[in-house]
Amino acid sequence: MLTKKVKNRILFLIFVFVISIFAIFFILKSLNKNILYFSSPSEIKQKEDIPFGKAMRVGGMVKKGSIVISQKDIQFVVTDFENEILISYSGTVPNLFAEEKGVVAEGKLSDKNFFKADRILAKHDENYMPPEIKEIIKKNAK
Amino acid sequence: MLSSIGISLVVLVLILSFLNIYTASLDLKTSSQSINKSVYKLSLFQTTFTVLSFFTLIIGFINSDFSLINVYENSHTTKPFFYKIAGTWGNHEGSLLLWINILVIFSYLFLVFSQAHNKKYRLYTLIFQNILILGFLFFLLLNSNPFNSIYPVPLEGLGLNPILQDPALAIHPPLLYVGFVGCSIYFSAAMASLLSSYGGKSFAQSIKNWVKISWSFQTLGIIVGSIWAYYELGWGGFWFWDPVENASLLPWFAITALMHSLIVLEKRNTLYAWVIILCLSTFILSVTGTFLVRSGILNSVHTFASDPSRGIYILFFLSLMIFSALTIFFLKYKKENYNFNLKSRETFILANNWFMAFFLATVLIGMLYPIFLDVLTNVKISVGPPFFNIVIIPLVVPFMFLMAIGPKFGWVKSQNKFFYKTLFLILGAVAINLFIFYFFGKYSFLTNLVFIAAIFLILHSFLDIKKFINNKFKTELPRIISHLGFALLVFFIGINHQFSLEEDFNLKVGEIKKTNKYQINFEDIKIKESKNYKAVIGNFKLINLKNNLVQYLNPEIRIYSNPETLTYEAAIKTKINSDLYLTMSNVSRSDYYNIKFQNKPFMIWIWISSLMIALGGFTRLTLKKNED
Repeated sequence: MLTKKVKNRILFLIFVFVISIFAIFFILKSLNKNILYFSSPSEIKQKEDIPFGKAMRVGGMVKKGSIVISQKDIQFVVTDFENEILISYSGTVPNLFAEEKGVVAEGKLSDKNFFKADRILAKHDENYMPPEIKEIIKKNAK
Repeated sequence: MLSSIGISLVVLVLILSFLNIYTASLDLKTSSQSINKSVYKLSLFQTTFTVLSFFTLIIGFINSDFSLINVYENSHTTKPFFYKIAGTWGNHEGSLLLWINILVIFSYLFLVFSQAHNKKYRLYTLIFQNILILGFLFFLLLNSNPFNSIYPVPLEGLGLNPILQDPALAIHPPLLYVGFVGCSIYFSAAMASLLSSYGGKSFAQSIKNWVKISWSFQTLGIIVGSIWAYYELGWGGFWFWDPVENASLLPWFAITALMHSLIVLEKRNTLYAWVIILCLSTFILSVTGTFLVRSGILNSVHTFASDPSRGIYILFFLSLMIFSALTIFFLKYKKENYNFNLKSRETFILANNWFMAFFLATVLIGMLYPIFLDVLTNVKISVGPPFFNIVIIPLVVPFMFLMAIGPKFGWVKSQNKFFYKTLFLILGAVAINLFIFYFFGKYSFLTNLVFIAAIFLILHSFLDIKKFINNKFKTELPRIISHLGFALLVFFIGINHQFSLEEDFNLKVGEIKKTNKYQINFEDIKIKESKNYKAVIGNFKLINLKNNLVQYLNPEIRIYSNPETLTYEAAIKTKINSDLYLTMSNVSRSDYYNIKFQNKPFMIWIWISSLMIALGGFTRLTLKKNED
């Protein structure tokens, strides 16, 4: 026979266990819904199941001479030296945004050649290059 | 010159740390009741030399002594005096020296201010703290020495990243360091407490003030960082759930849980093991955060110049810390009896700890998941604000209800005589929320709940303040301030988020942009030369179409020469009920300037309420022993 105290303790442990399982499940589920995938222009071209209209990140180098500014927005071409993609954005750009510099844009894909960005990520340091872009450049520079 | 002085001082500190450990362990074996005088002396010498080494580096920066690599890489002769000093801790090596300074100073202060406590416990604390000091000293000397010299001596330095040349950011690292490194002292104290079997109430009393100090400074440091992000980064936001920000939040959750359960240990002499775990994990999380940031593992917008070799050393040290902490904990852990009544204050404090643990787990998972996925599958992802918002915001609602009701319960067991009052306050909160909902705008169901919970906690705190004025419970003032601050913070962030106005567009000089509420005239631009930068200042005339109020906003584009960098300075007009926020940028010298215009309600109140949270901590420090 279990005493009342032991029973209470077991009940409490089960309670804690169930709550923790729920909490972890809830966290992981939300995590899966809210991750942003990072793709290079080439990956966007090649992948079949790329989701349109879902938030994601695209990165590469801003192509030389490709920045066009109109009253409404800023358009520029991001390249990974194999493929490129046109990005449009409105708002202020981070201070290190320039031609032939690395850039990461967050937003949605309209089609395989056009990306609408909500945010362009700032980097504090001019010598810094996002690791994703470094990898792309290393791969394609060969 | 300075290089050899600096290195000698650091080596001297290193030797003194060894001596300190040696004399302290000798003193452990003596039967005398008080600690040997030589331990005090050694600690005092150690502190003096550490502080002197830091001043040596500061002098190097003030005099622009470019024979030090560190000064050469991070300073420049034309830099304003204040930023020359701030440059000392604005880089990895210098900030590590500051880190060691705080370890040493806290070690000495603990020794001096803990005289009422057990001798063995104090000596063990000193020994563990000195082991930590040694670990970081070796790191400094072997890997990140700020006193390394360079020859031939360069004529001019490379300059400090202009984005760091800002008053808020200059004081931000010292604040955070007192907060994060200050945790080390109760990490050591927790280990000492296990080894010397000096637990329970007296242990709680000995670390209480240290927890309050580091909690208050951590809170303040995080707030100052957010304020900086708000006006310097030009996005108009102040919290981005960026990995670096998350890294600062992890220890904060642990220490907040610690601060609450420590009260239970002091008053009820229970939860000892849990308090120890929190003491250990707070500092471990602080070092983990530093490791992730400095090693460049985390991909963040605030990237520090990073170096993997630093990471390996910190990782090694971190594993050693965790391993020894766990070993000692499991060897010395004694079983406790928990006797908690559901309707008691300790139960509610435990509930607070559960919430903190949940928030901590969420942020930790969100932070580490991308790293694991990258290592395991080479898929690059990032976890954005929506994840944190979805997981954390719903839990803030019950959390705030408990924050209001919990302190109403007495220790051990109490009756809830205040059921009707609570119900009345909830109804009041619902009514106020409905008022806002109908007159100012519509928002989601969840936002409704958040507002109701926040208003409920605010009303509750006001009643508490009334009671406080009638002098019914004097000691609760710090709690009231912090809890009210938190409620106001949630409330104003909610309002701010719901009713912010944002417009993005491009304009040429002389053009006009009309939105629903405002007309913005881009009148002209001016060029201004400053000591170390050139500024392009835009002049924007802002006409409020409702009341024809005219205001001028002057955002800047600054072109720094050393190093050559652009920064965008937002023009911010702060008023009691809203902030007007305008930034402009320019790409490739185009005729068009990119403008971001925002109207952000109650921004100043977000700062005031978050400062209230920290103020609560500082107020608690001023309480006398018997009042707390």
